[in-house]
Amino acid sequence: MAEFLNHLVFGIYPYIALAVLAIGSIIRYDREPYSWKSGSSQLLRRKQLMVGSLCFHLGVLIIFFGHLGGLLTPIELFDAMGISHGAKQTLAIVVGGIAGIFAFFGATLLLHRRLFDPRIRRSSSFSDIAILLLLWLQLVLGLATIFVSLDHLDGHEMVKFMSWARGIFTFQADASSYVMDVHPIFKAHLFLGLTIFLVFPFTRLVHMFSAPVRYIWRSGYQIVRSKKAAL
Amino acid sequence: MKVRAQIGKVLNLDKCIGCHTCSVTCKNVWTSREGMEYAWFNNVETKPGIGFPKDWENQKRWNGGWERQRNGRIRPKMGGKWRLLAKIFANPDMPEIDDYYEPFTFDYEHLQKSPEMKAMPTARPRSLVSGERMEKIEWGPNWEEILGGEFSKRSKDYNFEGVEKEMYGEFENTFMMYLPRLCEHCLNPTCVAACPSGSIYKREEDGIVLIDQEKCRGWRMCVSGCPYKKIYYNWDSGKSEKCTFCYPRIEVGQPTVCSETCVGRIRYLGVMLYDADRIEEAASVEDEQDLYQAQLDIFLDPNDPDVIAQARKDGVPEAWLESARKSPVYKMAMEWKVAFPLHPEYRTLPMVWYVPPLSPINSAASAGKMAFKDDMPDVRSLRIPLRYLANLLTAGEEEPIALCLERMMAMRSYMRAKTVDGVIATDVAERVNLTPEQIDEMYHIMAIANYEDRFVIPTTHREEAEDAFEERGSCGFSFGNGCSGGSTETNMFGTPKKKKVQSPSAFLTEGDPS
Repeated sequence: MAEFLNHLVFGIYPYIALAVLAIGSIIRYDREPYSWKSGSSQLLRRKQLMVGSLCFHLGVLIIFFGHLGGLLTPIELFDAMGISHGAKQTLAIVVGGIAGIFAFFGATLLLHRRLFDPRIRRSSSFSDIAILLLLWLQLVLGLATIFVSLDHLDGHEMVKFMSWARGIFTFQADASSYVMDVHPIFKAHLFLGLTIFLVFPFTRLVHMFSAPVRYIWRSGYQIVRSKKAAL
Repeated sequence: MKVRAQIGKVLNLDKCIGCHTCSVTCKNVWTSREGMEYAWFNNVETKPGIGFPKDWENQKRWNGGWERQRNGRIRPKMGGKWRLLAKIFANPDMPEIDDYYEPFTFDYEHLQKSPEMKAMPTARPRSLVSGERMEKIEWGPNWEEILGGEFSKRSKDYNFEGVEKEMYGEFENTFMMYLPRLCEHCLNPTCVAACPSGSIYKREEDGIVLIDQEKCRGWRMCVSGCPYKKIYYNWDSGKSEKCTFCYPRIEVGQPTVCSETCVGRIRYLGVMLYDADRIEEAASVEDEQDLYQAQLDIFLDPNDPDVIAQARKDGVPEAWLESARKSPVYKMAMEWKVAFPLHPEYRTLPMVWYVPPLSPINSAASAGKMAFKDDMPDVRSLRIPLRYLANLLTAGEEEPIALCLERMMAMRSYMRAKTVDGVIATDVAERVNLTPEQIDEMYHIMAIANYEDRFVIPTTHREEAEDAFEERGSCGFSFGNGCSGGSTETNMFGTPKKKKVQSPSAFLTEGDPS
């Protein structure tokens, strides 16, 4: 039973979550472009947002790219570069820990503001509050995993997650077996992470896809639209 | 040379009576929606005052508009592209809603539902944002109406730069004027430049600056970029919105709502031709006081055969060229030089221009201490300080404003002589370098201001722009999402959704006096 549940959550659920993330986002982008936005509430209240949003976003960006690089880079590449698993584990703990504390601090400020500032509370949708709660919880879980990781600094637990993530993306049917025996906190963290993927298209998180990096190389400053050109 | 046409606008402040009809009709048409209660695409300010939103002209605080760098190029004052993106998580240059005002309603229902009480029931204010009781309304869109409030606060007005302002706090010396404001539909808009998503654009055919509501992601850089603070963030939809110059009306040759309903008939709409290749050059001149002239220099003479030939090549329709020749905006800005851009020092090359107001002469002058030239007082003795108007309209250069005021006074003097004495006072006209014919026309357009003289608007040539067959059955004007408002009225099982947004009065329990 435990094995089946493990396979369900870490072998099948990831595909459901990723499929909803991808298809849901495409449908929303196509059908409901008016709803595609960052949903900033800075206009209504600057207080707590200036520090909170900055800390949260910077922290989360570092964590996001850390997870992306850490989980999906082939382990062979680290081996070839001579980076031991232990070193990688330590790096993850230090960088992730610092960024995590930043993000946690920011998210706490933002959550407090969203729940207890009447202006923000009234103008928040269910999904605005729910996603912030999920992210906050995920940050708590993520930070909690550090204490577990400190017990195995050689990095063998970390390699399990790398293998799992790789297994999911290479469609290995038994990918879930890699994380069968990891600490429950890790499992909770993984499950919640997948759930965030699942609800992604239904929340304001979609603004991540619209990160305006193209602005940097947009030529010049002005934009003129001609009706004639469109014809 | 690349000829482009734009519908420009002139507001004759000399005739503005501050009735706010423009603001109210605009609001009724465009912004009477949740999230936009605080937004006034058109508002009328009483000057001197800090305006709406508070202190909007102080670009040291809001960093709106452009700045010229040492290398002679311009960039948004809030920073280049990297710097601007760095502000995306928390934008330090953005006003908070309290800088505009917290929108409110009154508990009108309480007047009807109140139980029998000793005191008269009252309708107390309630916030439209939080739904909470507001004990005191601290600010509004027109808080300084007719010099409301202490002079010490109003005198923070940025246009007092270089003016000995203390004396204007005295009752005998005080002055005021109205300033109706709307989006300037600039030739070099900072909002467009600052938009990271690229959702704001200028329309090539008529110069109207619009926000693509489907492309806007709510990064809110435009709010900071616009030095006139004429882009409003809709806190409900999470998108920025701005004055549309009533483009659905302009396209069919009708004036904007604010112009149409203007009681004082102060608003003029007309085609301006300009050289699109020289926008950057004009916006980058070194001395801020040269910006007014630089903008005049890129406007093109619609009667010049070379301009007409090039305009045809660049695809400006014939009707537009014809309208450009009859444009009241061109006449006031270029021929008579009586209209000026609002704050040209922002380097945005605004396209809503203003005729400065005449004002009564100071008491000192009427007491005989002041020289009259012929029958006209020196414009420097007018109650509104010349420097104040210059700070508003020409980056502080007083000469063009002085000439304009002299011309407007000459027009009065000339017409008085003509209609009362039956004399054509050519000397009055010559003194301000105008011909009697020009003054007659000035009088006709600026004083009589007939509808067809104020609004010379060619229709859009739709047939060049779109295939009508493809447009069949479409929604026409909408806020994005085609025909859908982006929200569904039913849940996934087809039953009506619980109403999320309730009106503030819904929170009143019966007989609750709070």
